[in-house]
Amino acid sequence: MHPLRPETLQGSWEHFPHGADIGIRGIGPTKEAAFEGAALALTAVLTDPAAVIPSQEVLLTCHAPDDELLLVDWLNALVYEMATRRMLFGRFEVHIDGHSLQAAAWGEPVEVSRHRPAVEVKGATYTELSVKQDEQGRWIAQCIVDV
Amino acid sequence: MDLTLLKRRGPNEWHIPPRGKMRVPGVIYATEGLIRDMDEKVYEQVTNVATLPGIVQASYAMPDAHWGYGFPIGGVAAFDPDVGGVVSAGGVGFDISCGVRALRTGLTVPDLQTVKEQLAEALFHRIPAGVGSTGKVHLDRHEMEAMLAGGARWAVGKGYGTHEDLEFIEEHGCMDGAKPDCVSDFAKKRQQDEMGTLGSGNHYLEVQQVVQVFDAEVATIFGFREGDIVVSIHCGSRGLGHQIGTEFLKRMAVSAARYHIDLPDRELASAPINSEVGQDYLGAMRAAINCALANRQIVTHLVRQTFADLLPQATLSLLYDVSHNTCKVEEHVLNGTPTRLFVHRKGATRAFGPGHPDIPPALRAVGQPVLIGGTMGTASYVLVGTEESMSLAFGSACHGAGRSMSRHQALRQWHGRDVVKELETRGILIRSPSMRGVAEEAPGAYKDVNEVVDAADDANLARKVARLEPLICVKG
Repeated sequence: MHPLRPETLQGSWEHFPHGADIGIRGIGPTKEAAFEGAALALTAVLTDPAAVIPSQEVLLTCHAPDDELLLVDWLNALVYEMATRRMLFGRFEVHIDGHSLQAAAWGEPVEVSRHRPAVEVKGATYTELSVKQDEQGRWIAQCIVDV
Repeated sequence: MDLTLLKRRGPNEWHIPPRGKMRVPGVIYATEGLIRDMDEKVYEQVTNVATLPGIVQASYAMPDAHWGYGFPIGGVAAFDPDVGGVVSAGGVGFDISCGVRALRTGLTVPDLQTVKEQLAEALFHRIPAGVGSTGKVHLDRHEMEAMLAGGARWAVGKGYGTHEDLEFIEEHGCMDGAKPDCVSDFAKKRQQDEMGTLGSGNHYLEVQQVVQVFDAEVATIFGFREGDIVVSIHCGSRGLGHQIGTEFLKRMAVSAARYHIDLPDRELASAPINSEVGQDYLGAMRAAINCALANRQIVTHLVRQTFADLLPQATLSLLYDVSHNTCKVEEHVLNGTPTRLFVHRKGATRAFGPGHPDIPPALRAVGQPVLIGGTMGTASYVLVGTEESMSLAFGSACHGAGRSMSRHQALRQWHGRDVVKELETRGILIRSPSMRGVAEEAPGAYKDVNEVVDAADDANLARKVARLEPLICVKG
């Protein structure tokens, strides 16, 4: 298994409200950590990310003309992998070079009785979409996902 | 929403005069109470839609409008291709052709009493619902193309339902102009095992009773009366539609500048109707409409099988099938001239009035059935399209109760098990693979469907025919 990023460089995540759907937000010391946090927030829409056993690795690559579209592409690539492999992911490692992203996601097949997935994500949207640094220098990557 | 931003033009009609880059006014149909409770974002989204090229008449919001992405949910807008009009992937959304169909059963409430619990279990087990569920129909490449071109007509050809069903589906069950070639291999792969599945979120399958008839004459023509049992199915184009929405949203967002489209919000991603991107999207979106129609047709077949096992005397006939996330080419009278328009309905139901040629002959004299899905604890409604609706909002009405509370808030307020228990004491059986999903969909997280439907009726968008209450609800 791939070694984890040092704790000081790991991202955190949270959800924020939206009228009909759910806002997901990744927060971290680097853009990569914020993207990883956003991916955890995506999984948390369905189930507790800590309950997902990271036993299988899936590699992903995305390209987009700017950071914001790259975030949406990254999240939608995960939505696609979750849907077609019928998997959930609980760990991520992201590398960003310009507007290209390479990542590994670790997870396992959905087990309804254990994961009790709440809702499937249809796609990441451009609503409330932003990738930026706040006043404390933390990277914030967020958008609304349609469920 | 701040009422001072609006000009009241009637008890349930509120205007936003054009300002800034708005090309047309905004119009919201709702009661004062519904307007007060509406998110400010609805105002922002209605005005943003009004800035899109080629929009005609007005940017509309229905009484169930709430904060969507790009368009408000409950948004209606029409575009004229001859004046640079656009088609918007954001204006249709991810769940292309999500819709509701209602089936008569020939049963009344007493017929159900002894088998209600068994029926709930059987429907829950037979109709795949929830995250990661797959259907029994696997589509190879050839069948995928045939399904995308043929819609419910393809499904009937495969033995799922009858030719009579097709008569009571919008577009007679098959959307013309679908281009399976414009649908990516990613979208096709996402769909290959998802035919005949409900999905999750607000999608459901309900067994309902007709508790009140408001218009006996129309109800007779629609074929039901008080005490009858009806089945309603709410689902859409599943992964295929989601993937098409995702891909074209990006393609349109990236190409907008090339077409000199100034997007106030990237989610309004649009392309000229008369452009390569626009035409590709229309071809793919129409294929997704066919996917949704085929999907609801297969689910219908599974429901019929389940009823046949437990209630062999039941005869499930299709009342109607409506889609509420679409862009369709329709002729409407604009400044006295019949004009071909691309009408976007995002969380809004087509509600054509009496005599319209697109309504099945058996129903044409009274108007199109308008199926409004409520919540698992309140009610759904059947309405009928009106003559007036054609000029009010291009023959459109609301589509559901509309959320009043975010999923986030709902989770903090309710536990799924408590919701299920409470509803059981009221005689409503809920079956779902996810209690968290049930909490997010708690009836209290929605607007009052009665007020929404009354507002649509009072505004003449559609007229109430009957109120239906759930007895069994299978949630994804």
